[in-house]
Amino acid sequence: MRDFTEEQVHRYARHIILPEVGGAGQRKLLDASVLVVGVGGLGSPAALYLAAAGVGTIGLADHDAVDITNLQRQILHTTSDVGRQKAASGAETIEAINPDVNVVVIDERIDASNAFRILDGFDVVVDGSDNFPTRYLLNDACYLLGKPLVSGAIFRFEGQVTVFDPRREDSPCYRCLFRSPPAAGSVPNCEQAGVFGVLAGTIGTIQATEVIKLVCGIGEGLVGALLLYDALETRFTRVRVARDDSCPLCGSSPEITEPIDYQEFCG
Amino acid sequence: MSVEVKIPTVLRKHTDGEASVTASGGTIRELFDDVAGRFPEFREKVMGDDGELHRFINVYANDEDVRYLQGMDTAVADGDVVAILPAVAGG
Repeated sequence: MRDFTEEQVHRYARHIILPEVGGAGQRKLLDASVLVVGVGGLGSPAALYLAAAGVGTIGLADHDAVDITNLQRQILHTTSDVGRQKAASGAETIEAINPDVNVVVIDERIDASNAFRILDGFDVVVDGSDNFPTRYLLNDACYLLGKPLVSGAIFRFEGQVTVFDPRREDSPCYRCLFRSPPAAGSVPNCEQAGVFGVLAGTIGTIQATEVIKLVCGIGEGLVGALLLYDALETRFTRVRVARDDSCPLCGSSPEITEPIDYQEFCG
Repeated sequence: MSVEVKIPTVLRKHTDGEASVTASGGTIRELFDDVAGRFPEFREKVMGDDGELHRFINVYANDEDVRYLQGMDTAVADGDVVAILPAVAGG
């Protein structure tokens, strides 16, 4: 096949044979660049599957180091990585899985001052962050830059996934779904409340699925729908998410026109 | 009216661990008043002093966001399922 090395034809054979993906879809994946923000519970499975699928450029943004308490769910990292920076540790794992991937290590915490610079050049952003300030910031920056955002979040046994695609006029944004974050200290974080490790795998893998579909331009996505998963009851639910004309970001009279830093609410 | 109100894990410590509470009322507001009558902390976790939902809490009546219906005055009927969905940030 044109455009592929012989090794790539074999590596991606099971994709290329799928009519919905095919050589054209695989080419799109190899040409795509995806930024994974948060190289933790959600970012690990998402990045692993994106790498295996042959996404040509994967950015890994995280400023934390691997802690032994992460290993129960953050499967990009191994016991010997404890103490290393997550972005570098994740990059090594990805390179071992697929040498086709160009990994961009971003060992920085994303804030209003660097968000546009970090997001620049990426086609799609995966939100695997673990705090509200980053979630609102990524939403705002992606909307302002016109980049699709594949959002996932987990708490104890429950997960949420959706896609915000500002290229589509009917797409809501995170602020249409949840207008403003909870007050500082009002919501427990995973450290205080616990998280069912394998749930991160389920939700992060759904995020990777939606990224691959977005890049290939196939299937029905999660724009305008929030997928909820209850791991304890083994139940998926979908609810509609409408675009809100009064949204301060994407509504008809926007008040937010540049990235904003919230103070830290919870981790 | 008897309606099932599903309580998300993050709020269950305010409902004695109950994942689901059967409540009486003809609107979301009446249901929540009934739940808050039994579990007083529930009110401030879901609503502000103005009696409206917090902006990081969504409520779905049969999978439809009540903000796009009649909000807290959305009517409910026997057998309906009301689900509360808070924003969560874990990753």
